[in-house]
Amino acid sequence: MIEWFHPAIFFIFGAFLIPFLKGRVQQAYLVLMPALALIDVASMSQGTYWIFHFLGNDVIFGKVDKLSLVFAYVFTIMAFIGMVYALHLDDPGQHMAAYFYVGSSLGVVFACDYFTLFIFWEIMAFASAYLVFAKGGKGAVSAGFRYILIHITGGVLLLGGIIIHYKATGSMIFGPIEHDGSLAFYLILTGFILNAAVPPLNAWLTDAYPNATVTGAVFMSAFTTKTAVYVLVRAFPGTELLVVLGVVMALYGVVYAVMENDCRRLLAYHIVSQVGYMVAGVGMGTEMSLNGSVSHAFAHILYKGLLFMGAGAVVYMTGIRKLTKLGGLYKTMPITFVLYMVGAFAISAFPLFSGFVSKSMVVAASQHDHRAVVTLLLTLASSGTFISLGLKLPYYMFFAKDSGIRVKEPPKNMLLAMGIAAFLCIAIGVFPGQLYSLLPHPVHFEPYTAEHITGTLGILMFTLLGFILLLKRLDPEPTISVDTDWFYRMGVRAFMWFINNSAARIGAKINRAAFDVLPSSLSKISRNPLSVSLLAIVYARLKITQLYDSLREQSSNRTDGLAELKSRVKHLRMMSESVYDEDIQRRPIGIWVLLSFILIFFYALIYMIFI
Amino acid sequence: MIKKIVFYLGNPDNAGRLRRLLYITLAIIVLADFLVPRGDHAVFFWDKIPGWGALYGFISCVLIILLSKFLGHQGGLMKKEDYYD
Repeated sequence: MIEWFHPAIFFIFGAFLIPFLKGRVQQAYLVLMPALALIDVASMSQGTYWIFHFLGNDVIFGKVDKLSLVFAYVFTIMAFIGMVYALHLDDPGQHMAAYFYVGSSLGVVFACDYFTLFIFWEIMAFASAYLVFAKGGKGAVSAGFRYILIHITGGVLLLGGIIIHYKATGSMIFGPIEHDGSLAFYLILTGFILNAAVPPLNAWLTDAYPNATVTGAVFMSAFTTKTAVYVLVRAFPGTELLVVLGVVMALYGVVYAVMENDCRRLLAYHIVSQVGYMVAGVGMGTEMSLNGSVSHAFAHILYKGLLFMGAGAVVYMTGIRKLTKLGGLYKTMPITFVLYMVGAFAISAFPLFSGFVSKSMVVAASQHDHRAVVTLLLTLASSGTFISLGLKLPYYMFFAKDSGIRVKEPPKNMLLAMGIAAFLCIAIGVFPGQLYSLLPHPVHFEPYTAEHITGTLGILMFTLLGFILLLKRLDPEPTISVDTDWFYRMGVRAFMWFINNSAARIGAKINRAAFDVLPSSLSKISRNPLSVSLLAIVYARLKITQLYDSLREQSSNRTDGLAELKSRVKHLRMMSESVYDEDIQRRPIGIWVLLSFILIFFYALIYMIFI
Repeated sequence: MIKKIVFYLGNPDNAGRLRRLLYITLAIIVLADFLVPRGDHAVFFWDKIPGWGALYGFISCVLIILLSKFLGHQGGLMKKEDYYD
């Protein structure tokens, strides 16, 4: 009987079998592995497993406690749903990348030491980058490169932090980090919040996700940011800075989403916004707020997956991403619309949907903590969520002006995956007890109180009223919005301009000096090295005499001397141009040889005496 | 059944009826907010104001839309689609 089996094995090793399977067998295999992983997670008991000794440290793969378990549950569930959604796809490469991605996320969740964490962290970045590259085309490939470069930078920061932390504490165990304001603290925090897409480090997300493949984006929406939330909950609870960043994130995503025209980029901005709630919850650091963050991550993975699947289905069927070009799709895609709306109601936190029982826990935690501004701003952001995802996106995609596009419902497996996710969104909303029992701390929170329901409905339905009144102002516009990626996209251009112009000119000069001027003068000198010293001496004498004469009255008898010096310089110049002739310059050579011997003699003498 | 509801929602002829339904719902929500018992766990003063959610939701909505579009247009955040090309 195996004590513990790492669920990542199903994915990371399981991935290698995918290319050898074909058709139905491959499809069955793709959904079987997540199902087995889910059973594996469900049958785990808490403890620490798989401890290996490596390079003088313990490498621990399996830290199983309530926190890692709840994330493992939702990751495996989402892997299953995502695989069902991707079943129609005959692209082993993408399936393998998705498997590596899920597996490495699970690796991070169960990692008990920084070494294991870092390795899986990096696999995650590369595996997910493939899901962007796989889409092909210039846009996707450049977005993929930007994505991977940013994540490598984040990984390097994290690694730097880990090494400094190890040097300072002597421990590689991953756990709560002391809030000592040390460099290690901030480097590790930066590495983590980069993956959580905290502004200004958010642009990789909203740049890459809309450029990923339809099925790849579903996976991406779930794993990277939520593993970041997991590690933040584990290592940085109660970091006040995170409250501020979380609130900023929640509003940042909302504001950008209103401006956005690309449907999946709009959804991506609402990942930023929703993760903001989780980050703020981590920052507050109370039992209730941490529970709120974790439960919101759980609910978020499912409803955001559903939203990405819904928008992805439209992109898949129409090939169009821009809201300005969509409209009137309800006529031919009513089921997609309804399933999308379940996700939209869930993210907007309508009663009976999952967001209502999770998001409100974070807001209530901030209320209990007497944080008035935080509570108000988070509530404001929840109104913004409903505007963009519950109203704007579905209105302009499925209703509004008829675009004349008539496409069928997406393939059945896509609808099935959306159906499972929609079912879970409602199930969590109606029976929150099951989710609450999985949370790391005991839950003392009842979402379904009369005042909470009427208050939430008031906020949401009057948002709807505002939406209707301002509808004309909200029309999507054929624009793109500039985010913090501007700095590196334009920064790189400025850098390239510098390289191609200023730096290239300097380079050409250095090149000429090194390969043209220097060698030619060296070859001139080497033709007759002795003449150089003589020439220098005579030339200096000539110059000094000229200077002397110009300062004093010119006398006639000195003119001859000057003329003589001039002729000697001329002679020596010519000599240096001519090839060395031993018959002419025998004497000077003899002198130099003699001098060299004297030097060597003294060197040997000093060497003998002192060493 | 679900399809029928979706088609009903999408039909422009029903817009007036849907709008009336919305106004009635809004009225019921505000009314209900006046009637619900307010527990003693109200932390901030606005928790005790009936209809606060409705008011704040409406203000939030208007604020977010106007602010975002202002930042987009006047703040220069919204650019032409070929901006980076």
